[in-house]
Amino acid sequence: MGISSKPALFVLLSALVVMVGTVVTMFLPLLMSSNRPVSRYVKPYTAVELEGRDIYIREGCNNCHTQTVRPLMTEVLRYGPYSKGEEYAYDRPFLWGSRRIGPDLNREGGKYPDAWHYRHLQRPQSLSRLSIMPPFGWLAANRLDTANTFRKTVIQGFGYSRRQVMEQIAGDRARLTDPGYDSKAMRDQVTPPERLGGLTEMDALVAYLQKLGRDVKSMEAAQ
Amino acid sequence: MDDSTYEYRIIKGFAYSALFWLIIGLTAGLWISFEMFEPAANLTPWLSFGRLRVVHTNMLTFGFALSAIFATAYYMLQRLTRATLPFPRLARAQLYLFNTTMILAAASLMAGMNSSREYAELEWPLDILVLIFWAMFAVNLFAILIRRREKQMFISLWYLIATTVTITMLHIVNNLEVPVTLFKSYTVYAGVVDANIQWWYGHNLIGFIFTMPILAMLHFFLPKSTGLPIYSHRLSIVSFWSLIFAYLWTGAHHLILTPIPEWIQTVALAFSIFLIAPSWGVVINAYYTLKGNGEQIQTNYLAKFFIFGVTFYGLQTLQGPLQGLRTFNAFFHFSDWVIGHVHMGAMGWVTMIISGSFYYMIPKITGKELYSIRLADIHFWLILAGQLVLTIVMWAGGIRQGAMLKAINPDGSLTYGFLDTLTTLYPIYRLRFLAGAIYFAGILLFVWNIIRTVSRKPAAAGA
Repeated sequence: MGISSKPALFVLLSALVVMVGTVVTMFLPLLMSSNRPVSRYVKPYTAVELEGRDIYIREGCNNCHTQTVRPLMTEVLRYGPYSKGEEYAYDRPFLWGSRRIGPDLNREGGKYPDAWHYRHLQRPQSLSRLSIMPPFGWLAANRLDTANTFRKTVIQGFGYSRRQVMEQIAGDRARLTDPGYDSKAMRDQVTPPERLGGLTEMDALVAYLQKLGRDVKSMEAAQ
Repeated sequence: MDDSTYEYRIIKGFAYSALFWLIIGLTAGLWISFEMFEPAANLTPWLSFGRLRVVHTNMLTFGFALSAIFATAYYMLQRLTRATLPFPRLARAQLYLFNTTMILAAASLMAGMNSSREYAELEWPLDILVLIFWAMFAVNLFAILIRRREKQMFISLWYLIATTVTITMLHIVNNLEVPVTLFKSYTVYAGVVDANIQWWYGHNLIGFIFTMPILAMLHFFLPKSTGLPIYSHRLSIVSFWSLIFAYLWTGAHHLILTPIPEWIQTVALAFSIFLIAPSWGVVINAYYTLKGNGEQIQTNYLAKFFIFGVTFYGLQTLQGPLQGLRTFNAFFHFSDWVIGHVHMGAMGWVTMIISGSFYYMIPKITGKELYSIRLADIHFWLILAGQLVLTIVMWAGGIRQGAMLKAINPDGSLTYGFLDTLTTLYPIYRLRFLAGAIYFAGILLFVWNIIRTVSRKPAAAGA
């Protein structure tokens, strides 16, 4: 065949051949607005939830937990309503995962009180004796770094002002340190005393976990 | 052309790098497989499963496979074009940059700097370094093709060209991100679109790292090792073009039953099934190459690495499309079944072909005989046994867990809680660790054999 003696033509032709499938299954869907579904019920993450999401990414939680419930009877029974595209409008990056060593988390928000998550993150085996999840108690010893939070929300396109971001952070801090906070006892137990007055990385992670699937519940209730 | 004018030092450099990262990647793999039945092994944040798993995958995909690809590519390119390497100093710089990037990659992933996109976890400064050393390789590849002294380009060169073109595109498109700091960035895509692009990347990264360049090795080193020409040139041509055409359509078979549009899923499944044909075209071509000389599988220690390797390629390319089908996918996806699938590919197909290629190539470039064929034989049987036990127990685990997750009581409630389905796998996880250890022992023999070969005193002239 003549082409195997013409390298430049070969490069061009092979580039064209790999581009066909790429254009149809990747570039076209990228340009179709129907693949960027939105719902007025799905709200962006708050400042602290976004920081919690970044900790989820940093610790590689997505290596063991998926965030997509498939439209199968047993999955809906186990986790809740199946996942819809609208839910991920603010997910940058998406965190669907590819392996369930632990359960799916897309409907985790509101399933348990914060106290459950503090205890579970600190020592998963204290709630599920045979769990193989690593302990994450050390997250409570780390102060939450919010130096870049505003910039993060800007890049994510959440549309918050710097003031709104600061208010959200202050609001979460006030909520968690309030004597009336429903999970105060457990938070006090897992958090080192010197960190109790401020937000920790574990606080942010719990806030993120509690956000998962919350908006969808209002979306489905409205339908 | 005189053999001494070829640039061989660079090949040795990349071959050594491959072996080094192989040991690192497998050590990480053994560690995380231990963590899966002994959570106390999550000693520090740096060693916790979520961080170490990506060290395992990255060091074996990029550290090991990619540097083995560079090593063999620099060998094949020079032999097949009968030209010297155009820019040896550029290749040298590429070797240093490659290893620097891998060291930074391992350290940054353990520090949690991780963009979460599978097989594209590295943060943006490292993405740029990867692009630079990839471009350095491409410059040498295209330049040597231009100055080649052999008019016809052999099949292996086609696969290397397709790899170079496609990986460049995949890497750039999937890693478009906006930096927050030096260590953190966000991708420019969101939600459904992001998932679709990531798996277009993820699937084809496997295609164009773990398949095409390995096929280049198979087509070159199998005939070299056996002294037999590839059975059918026409079959090679048809397989090549159908493989690189169809591969790019199939990424979404990783996203079956997720919120991405159904038509993308169905198109991906259709092309996945189609891919069985060219994949098996390659397998049949390799088998028939030994036609009439089947005894080589016993008498020639190199032949069995290639023939067993391509057999696992054949099994995997049957299994892959089938597990994409919605019925099977509903049952197996997210389970250890898929872990078994990928390990048969990586430990069976990829590593066996690279092993055979190195055993042929290293003595050629050093002018020394292999230190021990007996050790190479033991290496072969150990990695074969380790791989088979590992993949089979993982499949068994996937079937078991899939069935338990699906089980329903007569009253319509779920029979098992999630944790029940997981704890039943712990004995399997212990077996997996054992299988990994057997495999690792085989790899240690491989590395030892190569080191001893290179450090041998040169053979006496005329001996």
